[in-house]
Amino acid sequence: MKLIVNGQSHEVAAETLAALLTELDFQGGWLATALNGEVVAARERDQCWLVEGDRIEILTPMKGG
Amino acid sequence: MLDLYGQKLSSRLLLGTALYPSPAVMAEAVKASGTEIVTVSLRRETSGGKSGGQFWSLVQSLGVRVLPNTAGCHSVSEAVTTARMAREVFGTNWIKLEVIGNHDTLQPDVFGLVEAARILASEGFEVFPYTTDDLVVAERLLDAGCKLLMPWCAPIGSARGPQNLDALRSLRGHFPDIPLIVDAGIGRPSHAAAVMELGYDAVLLNTAIAKAGDPVAMAAAFGKAVEAGREAYCAGLLEPRDMAVPSTPVIGMAAFS
Repeated sequence: MKLIVNGQSHEVAAETLAALLTELDFQGGWLATALNGEVVAARERDQCWLVEGDRIEILTPMKGG
Repeated sequence: MLDLYGQKLSSRLLLGTALYPSPAVMAEAVKASGTEIVTVSLRRETSGGKSGGQFWSLVQSLGVRVLPNTAGCHSVSEAVTTARMAREVFGTNWIKLEVIGNHDTLQPDVFGLVEAARILASEGFEVFPYTTDDLVVAERLLDAGCKLLMPWCAPIGSARGPQNLDALRSLRGHFPDIPLIVDAGIGRPSHAAAVMELGYDAVLLNTAIAKAGDPVAMAAAFGKAVEAGREAYCAGLLEPRDMAVPSTPVIGMAAFS
C-alpha cells in the first residue's frame, strides 16, 4: 500500500498506524502522529487503520523559539 | 511573583531553545539565564525518532517547564492541529500560539490568531498568543479565552528592540491585571529592561542570546536586565522633566564675593 509519510511516498505492508511506526523504525514515546490532518493519540494507533493514499505526519520535539 | 495560568514563577525571562551553537551551550544558557520556562516546537522526524528523543531528554534534564509553540503555522487548522499534537507529546495545556501572516515580517495573522485561540481555549488549552501591539486585537484575544498576551516589540529575530513604546504602554494601561509578555524583537539587555520598566510582566526571547558571541554570558546579562527592569518598575520611576532640577541643596551655599 502506498502512503505519504512526512511528505514522502512510502510503499508499506503495515495496515495500522502502530504497525507503520514499527515498519519504518520510528520509536519513542515522544512522537506525535496525525492522519490526514487529524491527531491520532498514541493509545489509538493500533486501532487506526490505514488506506491507500493516506497522509501521515510523524512529529518529534525540536528546538523552538 | 509571576503567575501564568496559575503557575507561580520567580523568573520573568522565558527562553527559546533554537539557534544555539550546540545543545550543550543551549543547556548552559538556560541555567545562566535563570529561566523557568523554555519554548520548544514539533517538527517532522527524519531519523526514526532518535534526534528528537535526544533533544527532549536534554530539555527534560534542565528541570524547567516547557512552552510548546506552533511556529511556522500559516493557517488556523495547521496551528490547531500542531497544538493538539504538542499537548499529546509534551503533556501540557500550555501553547504558544503563532499563526504567521507574512513571510517577510513574520507578523501574526491576527484574524487567524483570534480564531485559533478561541478553538484551543474551548478545548482546555492555556493559550500564550504571539500577537501585535494592537489594542483591539488584544481585547479580542481576551474575549476568545486567552488569560495573558504576548505582543511583539519588533519582528522576530530582528533585534531592533521596542519600536512603539507608546503602544506597549497603552496595552499595559488598558490591561493592568493581565500578564503581558513581550515576545519577539528584543536585541539587547537594555531593550528587555526598557519593557520591564513599563510594567511588563515578562520577556520571551531567543535569538539575542543564542546568536550572541557568548550565549551563556549573554543569558546571564539578560537575566539581570529583566530583574533590574522589574525592580525599577516596582520601585517607582522618576518621570522625565523638561528643565534641570539641581540635586545638590542650593540652600547654605557659601558667598565668596
